Amino acid sequence: MTTHVPGDALVSLNGVNKHYGQLHVLKDIDLHVRKGEVIVVIGPSGSGKSTLCRAINRLETIEGGTISIDGKVLPEEGKELARLRADVGMVFQSFNLFAHKTILENVTLGPIKVKGISKAQADKEAMALLERVGVGHQAPKLPAQLSGGQQQRVAIARALAMKPKVMLFDEPTSALDPEMINEVLDVMIQLAKEGMTMIVVTHEMGFARKAADRVVFMADGQIVEDAKPEEFFTNPQSNRAKDFLSKLLTH
Amino acid sequence: MDVIIENLPLYWNGFLRTLFLSVVSGIIALVLGTLLAAARVSPVAALRGFSTVYVEVLRNTPLTIAFFFAAIVLPRLGVKFEQFEIAAIIALSAYTAAFIAEAVRSGVNSVALGQAEAARSIGMNFGQVLSLIILPQALRTVIPPLINILIALVKNSSVAGAFFVLELFGYGRQMANANGDQVMTVLLGVAFFYLLITIPLGILASTVERKVAIAR
Repeated sequence: MTTHVPGDALVSLNGVNKHYGQLHVLKDIDLHVRKGEVIVVIGPSGSGKSTLCRAINRLETIEGGTISIDGKVLPEEGKELARLRADVGMVFQSFNLFAHKTILENVTLGPIKVKGISKAQADKEAMALLERVGVGHQAPKLPAQLSGGQQQRVAIARALAMKPKVMLFDEPTSALDPEMINEVLDVMIQLAKEGMTMIVVTHEMGFARKAADRVVFMADGQIVEDAKPEEFFTNPQSNRAKDFLSKLLTH
Repeated sequence: MDVIIENLPLYWNGFLRTLFLSVVSGIIALVLGTLLAAARVSPVAALRGFSTVYVEVLRNTPLTIAFFFAAIVLPRLGVKFEQFEIAAIIALSAYTAAFIAEAVRSGVNSVALGQAEAARSIGMNFGQVLSLIILPQALRTVIPPLINILIALVKNSSVAGAFFVLELFGYGRQMANANGDQVMTVLLGVAFFYLLITIPLGILASTVERKVAIAR
């Protein structure tokens, strides 16, 4: 298991706890992510991995412990929280593109309204991002006119437009048709190669092998294993992980 | 028919008064109702509480009581109006705003939660999330109920006739009294002029609805 000094971590979770009623979804989570690291979080459904991901930009509140981004503890609400969220890009399972805005507007809205960048500048940067994820020619369309894979790539561009310090991906390919999964994963792999700090909740083991620096395995609200991908996939330590991997391999 | 043609200037006056009352109250009610709906979903408990109480009280009491308060109680409390139209506008817009607030709130609830989450995650504050992302989508979905409420407002404005404001219905009553033998004709004329406002409102609704519809 690799350990890091919390001091040099970009994202730091210390003793994070959360309940949904009786259910203890996050149990004493400690996780430290350095700049440029790609962390893939895997685990059976209900293990708390999505909750963990959403807690990092406080879409889920936590009851105990602290989460800090770049040394700053995540505030509970207000302006400070909004500012910190702008530094954390989020990509959702269901894309969540703004349905009433064009593709271009989806990407420029944050920079213009939150960062106060001029429309001309925001348009220019947004077009470059849309080209980069391969949907530049779709700019004037509405989200519903695009395929799922295209929408998800736009969602990645929308998050990148804020120039985030870290990107969170909450099962980004789970809602996609199989033939569209790769176009999204390719964008993510490219992003990882360029040095973006990423926390990715996914079931795509191929992506974990290819792009992850560390694989974090969660079960029952706990981090059970935290290892390099080849270590984790070839020699899992816990029974839970062995069980999980054996179920994956039989299909 | 003669009675209508002879009294056309009165009808026209009443029509304009009703149109004026409806348009002014409608605009105020739309703004106030949207603000009340925003308060209802805000993170501030006091605003939510105020909005809930306001909506429940105004929605569940007769319009006549709102008129009574605006036209008779308010002046006794020292709020003086030059004209009773002001009281009518206060009563109509305060009453209608409660219904608008409920319609807009149902629209807000119809917008997928993920839209707000996505907006928050790019750093927008509550006001931006609401005004840039949620309300534009919510208002699109509630155009038919909003138009229903506005049509009801046009007809409700006839209550003003009982509170010293001469509008279409008020003039209608005068004309009916003056032409006791032709009450039916007079009232049919009144109905026609109401339809002149409400039917175009319905047409406007379907046009706007088609224009702003967004695919999901």
